Amino acid sequence: MRNPLTWLRRNLVVIAGLGTLAYMILPNVVVTVFSFNNPTGRFNYAWQEFSLDAWKDPCGVADMCGSLSLSLQIALWSTLVATALGTAIAFALVRYRFRARGAVNSLIFLPMAMPEIVMAASLLALFLNMGIQLGFWTILIAHIMFCLSFVVAAVKARVLSMDPRLEEAARDLYAGPVQTFVRVTLPIAAPGIAAGALLSFALSFDDFIITNFNSGNTVTFPMFVWGSAQRGTPVQINVIGTAMFVIAVLVVLAGQMVGNRRKKAQPK
Amino acid sequence: MTTTAAPPQAPAPTEPPVHKASLRKRLIPYWLLLPGILWLLVFFVLPMIYQASTSVQTGSLEEGFQVTWHFGTYWDAFTEYYPQFLRSLLYAGTATALCLLLGYPLAYLIAFKAGRWRNLLLVLVIAPFFTSFLIRTLAWKTILADGGPVVGVLNSVGFLDVTSWLGMTEGDRVLATPLAVVCGLTYNFLPFMILPLYSSLERIDTRLHEAAGDLYARPATVFRKVTFPLSMPGVVSGTLLTFIPASGDYVNAELLGSTDTRMIGNVIQSQYLRILDYPTAAALSFILMAIVLIMVTIYIRRAGTEDLV
Repeated sequence: MRNPLTWLRRNLVVIAGLGTLAYMILPNVVVTVFSFNNPTGRFNYAWQEFSLDAWKDPCGVADMCGSLSLSLQIALWSTLVATALGTAIAFALVRYRFRARGAVNSLIFLPMAMPEIVMAASLLALFLNMGIQLGFWTILIAHIMFCLSFVVAAVKARVLSMDPRLEEAARDLYAGPVQTFVRVTLPIAAPGIAAGALLSFALSFDDFIITNFNSGNTVTFPMFVWGSAQRGTPVQINVIGTAMFVIAVLVVLAGQMVGNRRKKAQPK
Repeated sequence: MTTTAAPPQAPAPTEPPVHKASLRKRLIPYWLLLPGILWLLVFFVLPMIYQASTSVQTGSLEEGFQVTWHFGTYWDAFTEYYPQFLRSLLYAGTATALCLLLGYPLAYLIAFKAGRWRNLLLVLVIAPFFTSFLIRTLAWKTILADGGPVVGVLNSVGFLDVTSWLGMTEGDRVLATPLAVVCGLTYNFLPFMILPLYSSLERIDTRLHEAAGDLYARPATVFRKVTFPLSMPGVVSGTLLTFIPASGDYVNAELLGSTDTRMIGNVIQSQYLRILDYPTAAALSFILMAIVLIMVTIYIRRAGTEDLV
């Protein structure tokens, strides 16, 4: 480190990268810090004094935890359905030749290549035209619809890189089609399926635009936060935000540790 | 998410031999596709058709709407709201450029320089996905607050003078200006840029860098001639994943902006949910869709990566 300018130039990428990371983490830090705030007035935008009240009573705000559990239910169900349907589509696309394959590919791609608000508005047009009551079911239908493409993309990537000879080997060893699928194909495709499921859970849980259009009077957690930006933001929102961040980091790190151990356990 | 390039001619999987049992086998892909495709047809394609028919209806909420093939709605909607269209493209474009500028070094850092910190850094990039993005966007209200430390620093280094000159800020405040909206958009869509960039950078064989170095290429040249061209698939899918959702977003403009920063998403939202002028709202969202699809097509042609997804 004789010449600071040379040092700076050599480490420019690292500095810029860490700067970006700081930009990305800053709001999370603010959310965490302000979860210990004791604000005066309806909004939690300015620091007043340290307090643990919100952490002691996270569900102390009317309707907040109800909206949270509703969001979790919707995310869970849409993940289950979208992952099942999406995995089937991915296998069909990678493993079989059939007519209309190109059309199916574009149909999968389109929901990802369209501003969310266009899909949100068109679904609302459908539900209004058919006189369907907006609520839990319309939200669920919409979430499954937009999660589907992302699951297909994630599973397809994994299945594409799979070696078909492994399945041939299983068949040579007299494994039936079902046994081959359950014992060989599924375990190899599992990381792709898990990635797709995780992605659709996060997308569904966090979705605001499509939900805003198709929820009627039903309030999911993002809708609750949105409403609170107008009416007044309780500190408990920051508590939930902080807890979600911590849980997500722990879950992902644990998942990677399991993956690493498995890799080490397998002799090459 | 991982818009992995599908090779157009993937190795042909075992063609079913032509005999009696083969009909059942040939139907397998269709059975696999049926439920998912049906879902998309009913809840994605059919709604689009409904919306198309809504956009050529006339009438009022009280008397009901009727299809009268009134295409004038499109022209009226466009001429009335073209400032919001332009603003959306401008904000989304700026945010996408900033995402690329900010995201590339971080993706590069994780792919080539992070070593054993790689997993931790990736987790830190993905984790914001799991905290509600609305909560994080609200946090920007605190960060950019008038008279706050961030605004103070930006002001004292003369940054706000430049952005005021560009028309991105007014006076010594950031909140409720275009800069705040662009800042929020950039922040919200950064992970969508970084992850595809990372996955395409990670695939590059580092021996190519060494080879270029052996041939007396300076680091900047190696980047320009080897690394960047090889990362093009990531650049393309990253910009698409950032630009498309940003152009239709109305959350950032609503929470961080003012009435002067309304984007087309805000207009569509209020037409649909508050004013209840369904034909205009439908026409607006089709115009937005058309603009985005045209730009995306041109961009993909230009960038030369057609085997996306």
